[in-house]
Parts: sequence; C-alpha cells; structure tokens
Amino acid sequence: MPEARIQTDICIIGAGHAGCEAALACARLGFETVLFTVNVESIALMPCNPNIGGTSKGHLVRELDALGGEMGKNIDKTFIQSKMLNLSKGPAVHSLRAQADKADYTRSMRTILENQEHLTIKQGEVCEIITETTANGKPRVTGVKIFTGTIYECKAAILCTGTYLKARCLCGESITYTGPNGLQAANHLTDSLAGLGVKLRRFKTGTPARMDKRSIDFTKMEEQVGDEKITPFSFSTNPDDIQKEQVSCYLTYTNQKTHEIIRNNLDRSPIYAGIIEGTGPRYCPSIEDKVVKFADKERHQVFIEPEGLYTNEMYVGGMSSSLPEDVQLAMYRTVPGLENCTIVRNAYAIEYDCLESGELTLSLELKAVENLFAAGQFNGSSGYEEAAAQGLIAGINACHKLKGNDPLILDRSDAYIGVLIDDLVTKDNREPYRMMTSRAEYRLLLRQDNADLRLSKFGHAYGLVSDETYEKVCRKQELIDLEVKRLKETKVGANKEMQAFLSKYGTALLRTAASMAELLCRPELSYEILAEIDTERPSLPLDVVEQACIQIKYEGYIERQMRQVEQFKKTERRRIPEDIDYDDISSLRLEARQKLKAFRPMSVGQASRISGVSPADVSVLLIYLEQQKGR
Amino acid sequence: MKTDTIAAIATALSPSGIGIIRISGDEAIETADRIFRSKSGKKIAEVKSHTVHYGFIYDGDEMIDEVMAVVMKAPHSFTRENTVEIDCHGGVYVMNKILQTALKNGARMAEPGEFTKRAFMNGRIDLTKAEAIMDLIQSKNEAARKNSLSHLKGDMYQKIKKLREDILYEIAFIESALDDPEHISLDGFHERLENKTTEIISVVKRLINSAENGRILKEGINTVIVGKPNVGKSSFLNLLLDEERAIVTDIAGTTRDTLEESVSLDGITLNLIDTAGIRNTDDPVEQIGVNKAKKSLEEADLMIYMVDSSIPLDESDLEIIPLLDPFKTIVLLNKSDLTPVVTKEMVEQYFKDGILPQCITIAAGKKEGLERFSGLIKEKFFAGEISFDEEIMISNMRQKDLLVQTLSHMEMVKRSLEDDMPEDFYSIDLMAAYASLGEMIGEEVGEDLVNEIFSKFCMGK
Repeated sequence: MPEARIQTDICIIGAGHAGCEAALACARLGFETVLFTVNVESIALMPCNPNIGGTSKGHLVRELDALGGEMGKNIDKTFIQSKMLNLSKGPAVHSLRAQADKADYTRSMRTILENQEHLTIKQGEVCEIITETTANGKPRVTGVKIFTGTIYECKAAILCTGTYLKARCLCGESITYTGPNGLQAANHLTDSLAGLGVKLRRFKTGTPARMDKRSIDFTKMEEQVGDEKITPFSFSTNPDDIQKEQVSCYLTYTNQKTHEIIRNNLDRSPIYAGIIEGTGPRYCPSIEDKVVKFADKERHQVFIEPEGLYTNEMYVGGMSSSLPEDVQLAMYRTVPGLENCTIVRNAYAIEYDCLESGELTLSLELKAVENLFAAGQFNGSSGYEEAAAQGLIAGINACHKLKGNDPLILDRSDAYIGVLIDDLVTKDNREPYRMMTSRAEYRLLLRQDNADLRLSKFGHAYGLVSDETYEKVCRKQELIDLEVKRLKETKVGANKEMQAFLSKYGTALLRTAASMAELLCRPELSYEILAEIDTERPSLPLDVVEQACIQIKYEGYIERQMRQVEQFKKTERRRIPEDIDYDDISSLRLEARQKLKAFRPMSVGQASRISGVSPADVSVLLIYLEQQKGR
Repeated sequence: MKTDTIAAIATALSPSGIGIIRISGDEAIETADRIFRSKSGKKIAEVKSHTVHYGFIYDGDEMIDEVMAVVMKAPHSFTRENTVEIDCHGGVYVMNKILQTALKNGARMAEPGEFTKRAFMNGRIDLTKAEAIMDLIQSKNEAARKNSLSHLKGDMYQKIKKLREDILYEIAFIESALDDPEHISLDGFHERLENKTTEIISVVKRLINSAENGRILKEGINTVIVGKPNVGKSSFLNLLLDEERAIVTDIAGTTRDTLEESVSLDGITLNLIDTAGIRNTDDPVEQIGVNKAKKSLEEADLMIYMVDSSIPLDESDLEIIPLLDPFKTIVLLNKSDLTPVVTKEMVEQYFKDGILPQCITIAAGKKEGLERFSGLIKEKFFAGEISFDEEIMISNMRQKDLLVQTLSHMEMVKRSLEDDMPEDFYSIDLMAAYASLGEMIGEEVGEDLVNEIFSKFCMGK
C-alpha cells in the first residue's frame, strides 16, 4: 500500500487544553503545525469539572495569558458564572474561578484554532513516532504516523495525549476500553514510545455523575451566586465588556445514610476490590475515599454546577466515584435535593498511560528523544489549567529549539508555571500532580494580579506578546512605581484638620508628620478614604492603584521574599553541564549519585531539590563544578 | 556563591592558651564592629587590612573578654572575603560566648568545612585539592549529623518532633483552607493560632534556656556526688538544678537510686549523678544504690565528695575516701552554717601519698557557697585538668543557633497575628520555623506539607 507523506514543521498529538495552547503557540511563531485529535468534536473538551481557574489554577491561567496563551481569553468569552475566591485573605491567594459553558468553550476554542494561520487540524490517531538516529546515538523525531498509514514528516512533535493512552474507564464491574466521555482511546502510541526508550506508568483519575436538572430539587440546597463585579481572566479583556447575568451553582451535603450505602458496597468498588492499578490523586478523592479516610466526618459538601446554558446536565461536584451504577443511584438519592435524581452520565474512574518521573527536561523535551516534547496530563499532571500552561511552554520551546535558541524556562520565583514544571520534572511524583498555592515558595510575589508585570517580558521576548501589549505593560509598571514613590514621599503634618480626619475614621492621631504610605498601611484607612486628604493625587487606572497599594501594604513581607529569591537565584544560575559524569565525583553519597544520574538536573538549584540530595552533596557538587571549570 | 556572613571557632575547642573565633563574609566587618570595642576607639571598618587591634568583646553592655582583633579585608584572606579573627583567651566558655555574640549580631554558624569550601570557591585553594575538600566536607557533615543526632537527648528529640508536628498541622490547616476555601473555613482560627504560637514560643524559649544550661546534649563532665547518707547531697543537687527533683528528707537513705541531671555552671556542663549515700548497710535495696554509686565513680570525670561538717567523720567516710581519685575530687564541707567540727585538714589527712583534693565550704540547705563551687570548677576546667568532647560542644552550639532561628520565625508569626495580617502570611514564617527545627533533627521539609494536607484535611471536588 503506497504511503501518503505530508510535510510540516511540528506535529501536536492531542487537542485537549495542552494541545490547543501548544498548537497555537507554534503556529503563531510561524511554524507549520498539524494538530491531531482522535475526534474533532473533542477539541478543548472539558470532560470533568465545568470550570476554569480556582485556587492557584486561576494564577496559572493569568500567567498563561501574560505569556500569550489563549485559555484566559476563551473563558472570558464563554463563562456563565465568575467568582474571585479567597477575597478575605491576602492578595497572593486571591484566585479567579469561572463556570464555563462547556459546549461554548469547546466551540469557541475550535473556532480560534480553525482560523489560525499555519495551523491544520487533523482527525486521526497517531500510532507511531518516527525517528532517525543522531550522531550521539539518540533518536530524533522526523515524523509521526497515523492509523491510516499516512506519515507526517516534521522536525518536532509534542505529546499532549491527556488521559487517552491505553485508557480504560471503570464504573463498578463495567469496564470499557475508551477515553473520557466514551471517546476512542489511543492504544498504539504507548508501544512506539516504549520502543524509543521512554518510560511510562499508569495513573488514574475520576469524575462524578451528571444529572438531569429537571430531576433536582434546588429548594433543598443553598444557592451560590457569582461576583457582583466580574473580574476577567485575560489582561486584554475589558472588564466592562463581560459584566453579564450569571447562572447559579448549588450546595448540598451527603449524610450518614449516603456513607452507609458506600461502606456497604465498598467491595464492589474497583479501587477497593483491587481492579484499578493506577495511582489516583489525593486532592480530588472519590466519595468512597472520603468516606473511608475521613470516617469521622458526618457530611461532605456536594456542589451542583451547570454544564452550560443550553443543556440540562448538572455536574455533581464532590461525589466522583467508580461504584457500580445501581450503588451510584442509591447513594446520590440520599442527598437532599437529589432524592428523585436521574443520572445522564455515570460517574467513572479512568486509567491511562503517562510519563514516569525523571523523563523530562525543564524545557519539557523528553530526555530520551530529541525534539520530542510533552505537555499536560501525559506528563503526570492533572487539570485543564496545568495542561494548558505546559502546552504553551512546550510549544514555545519546540519552536525555539528548531530555531536554535535557548528554551523558555521559568523558575520557581518567576511563576506558578515555573513551580509546576520544576515539580513535574524534578520530583518523584506518585499521583497526578495538581497545582496548589502551598507549592509556591515565593507566592507573595507570584500573585494573579501581577502576572502581566511578571511575565509579559518573557511572552514578548519569545514572540507571543506584541510590542504594543508589552509597551502597555511597561507603562503600567512605570505608573505603579511613580505612585508608590509619590505615596511614600507625600507627607502630611499633624495639624488640626488632619487629626479631625483621622479621628473620623477611628484611627490613631499623628504625633509627628507621616507619609501617605504610612497612613495607607493602617487597617482603618484605604486608598479611597485617603482621597479626602490626598489632594495632589493623579487620576490613575484601577489596576495601577491596586498594585501600588499592595506594594506598600505588604512591603516588609515582599522585600523579605525578594531577598530569599536572590539567594535562590544564585544556585539556580549555577548550570550543570549536560555531559557531567556523576560517577567521577567519588565524594557524593551513593543515594545522591543515583538520584542525580536519574534526574540529570540542569542547575545546582534543581539538584538541591531532588529528594535524597543533601546540602553536603550540593557543596560537593559545587566544588566539583569549580574544579572542572578550572581545568 | 553565598556570601552571607559565617562564624565559627577556628582553634581546637580544648582548654588552651589562646582561642580564635573567625568571622567571614560580606558583613564580617560590620558584625565585628557590633561586638568589638577597640582600646583606641577606632572602628574595624576604618582600619587598614592586615592590622591587629587590641580591645574588648561586648555582648550588649556585658564585657566578655579582652581580645586582639585581626582584620583581613577581601580578597586578601583565606576565604577571599572580609574576615575578622578574634584572638581571645582560650577556654571553652569564653570562646563559646564570643561566638554566640557574633551569631546574635549578623553572622550565622558556619557549616562543617564551610571556610575551606569558600576558600576553594573563591579560587584560594589549588584545584588539585578539590577531591580532598569534597571528602572533607562530606565526612565533616556526616560526623556532625551523626553527632547531633546521637547526642540529642531522647526527650529533646521528642519535644522537637512534637513542635514540628504542631507547626505542620497549623500550616496544613491554613493551606488547605487557602486551597479549598469552599470546604475548609478559617473562622476562629486567628485566636487558636495565637494561643498555639504563644505556647510554641514558650516551649522554644525553654529549650533555648536549657541549651544555654547545656541540657540539650548529653555533653559535659560526668560528675558524681558521693558522701554518706544525709550529708546534704540532694539539697546540693537541688541547688544546682534549682528544682525539687531528688527527694530530700532528714531520714538517712532516702535517695535510694542514682539520679542523673545535667546542669550548666557558667557555660560548663556537668552531668550530675547523685548517689545514694554510701555506708555499711544490710538493707538490700540500699545496697544496690551503694553498688551503683561505686560503679558511677569508676566512670566519673569529677567527683564531689560531700561531708557534713557539723558531725565528725566516721567509718563510712573512711570507706568512701579510698574510692576517690584526688585529682578528680572536690570536697564540699557542707552545713557551714552550723558549728563546724570537721575542717579541711581533717579530711585531707585521709588522702594518701600527699595528693590533696580541693576543698571548699558550703551550706547547701541555705543556698550558700554555689559561687565558690562554680569558681572552683571553672578553675579546674580552664586549668586543663578535665577533658571533654569538642564535637559535642560544636553540635550543641549549632542546635542552639537553630532554636534561636526558630524563635525568631515564631516571633514573626506572632507579629503578623498582632498586625492582623491575612492568614496566608502566617504560613510563611511557620514554614521557616518548621524547616529550622527539622535541621536540628536532620529532617528535610520535602513533601511534608502536601502529605499533611491530604492526610488531615478532606479536600477536593
């Protein structure tokens, strides 16, 4: 049979959230790009929760946006409810979350992809990575082969296979060999990768049931409404353009009856019966897990969330399960408001092949295969946002590799994306990895509100952020700096009017002159209140004022973190040559040597984060590097 | 690489004529200026490199020692950094005190082998020595780690573990609420954390005090107190310990077993073993105590022989004295407040070969004479008659330094609470405290927090 051969630059395998961002990045950087999907209808599919963002994930979307990604813009177009979480807490942990109209989100993203210059969408399962052997004996990507036998010749490929590789779905005793939502699984690529020396493992995740809205009694639940004033995800979205009527979510609870049914049927759960071999995530446990592990909890929250404006399906957040259908129905029906529920789609668990730890470099290229990159759930993460963030970075780095440029590597002090990728690459994760704010050491600096100020420079340097946008961000930074300076330098005296003003707001009177900045730090006062006495104040955009206020109010803490970052950067900048021979360093402890050989870190900083590498080993490494440098 | 300022005792930690404390790093000169007052009135920052200055080390207003400060400015020093060496009177107490003062004023305790590492990194040492230096660092670290672990007393280890558990739980609670605000609420948390923080601070402070008293490690001089029953050994022990620990009554033979406790007298640690009184007895229980006391004496570095000076020496005393090594012995003539019938000379005559122990009078029950005793110990100690373990001393200092760091982190938490900062600010310093305590017992932070969050709090969609 004659093979069809098609030439292109970069192939993206999988069109989920990672694949979409990767494909757009490559095409926008001018490379001819083909995006493969097993089904065009499943582009940018949201097979689990119907929302984008949330704690720390909202940060990722903001950062993605500042770097030139699409997710933020797309959710701004298609959300049906929006909420800024953690508003009562510090600015570093404010997080935006929006409920999406799933169908609209998918359609809208597909439209963007379909109209992107240099980008082609192709329906077909990729079965094989085709390679040539380079001078150093390592395979290098030259193309991909799809199920029909057609070969796409390319210079680089990005694996964004999500949960599709050798996927199987479990709902009690019923097992289907499909990807999410009954979509076709990809059963051939695993063998091709293994043949190239790529190590894979099996992870597991799950999703709750979807119910028919008409069968739910919402009067027995608490209504959860969106924010009065909606904040957009994308820095390019004008907030005024997206204020709209929102749809509510609902809160209800499980009870002892629910838990009893679950406990009585644990033997029919594939996880507890040992049928599932993959490792599941601890942060989104199935309801079985919650009931077993937190046996003393009397109830668990259940969030009922709409899947879209034009569907009656409702997502049952908090009750993912792999119990058989009859148990599921019985258990759901014990929950107030769900007594008469009908299930449209059953909850299920899904198992899939993904990368073993230690297979990736920080640029998201595979160590085993030159020019083969990877992003998303295939890398051992979970979540739409985590996937999208990696997709963008893998896309940028594939392009810059082909151009012969240095990769974009954000470090832990640059962005949550940096933390995410460093953790995926450096740590020995044993479950699907979810972003959490507690994973970011320098989170006071990595706020969602300043993602543009932090990252636009990278987006611009790597070609995805326009000059115009970048200049706007630079101008914003200038205005912030000026306003901070002005607030610090504007002094007010302890005169009569001043004291009257202070006593009006119940705050301490002045003994000597004070700066406007000092007054701003008082909990009783705010920038708005100070307007009364701050007569010279320039008229500034709200986002500039917000940044100036945060800068001043948290100055001590922010400066402390900046000093920590300086220390951190020193070891981070200390590069380790790729060809280092750890066996040559006899003073390394055995465990450290083995770990260093397995993970092959890029920098001394990265080496220090590998578990099993002690501070003394790091000292030894530093001395060795110094010695090598001198030779 | 790191250019923060480090300090350590550079000479052997043994009683010798002169000791050197070395301070190196960007702020070595500033640190030295904070603790050194030169006779000439000149600041170290003002003087030329490679000059020696006479003056005094002060901890605040307290003068610690008369010293010479040697100033070597970068790059003309061993580490090629600004370096100040303080030549002080040798003696563990003084050297330790000067080091602690430097640590309080901007320096941190040098890691094992760190001066050499810096010298190498800054090109001061020949590249061919790299191998030797790597081995040195690894072995010094290994030794230090083993040392601090093996010498950390069981209960101290447990206390630190408990503190870490408590702190980790609070961080995990905050973090799980931040990550999952819809499932976990922080209502009322502020108050709880305030209480917890106060509690932790007081525990850490107590640990620091006991570190100062040397109780943190099983270090110091093994000291056995002997004497016949009811001469006041337990009262003396209590005087040292400042707490009612040994049972004190007027009935002879109430201390039936040996008691162990560590105390510090002006920085010198004594591991005290109080023995049951030694006398000829048929009481089998008491006999066990007597045998133990005899055994303890064999292992003792210092023997304190206690005599009730208000009653004449008798047969029991004559049984005890031959067990004593006069070089190691201090005789305490107790109950000096009562009419003395026993004098120094009367005791001395029973020691053979003319080698006489040192002898002082005290009144343990009236809390008199402790100063005389500590003065004598110091003299004996600095005179070099008693040896002790240098490694242990160093790990004790390191442990204390880490406790002080923990305290300052916890005080930051307290300040954040007082300033009513949002909860996410608390965990920054809580985490730092957790890491410092971890270093004490050789444990890294790693994935502890994430594991704690998932095991203690029910999160997620």
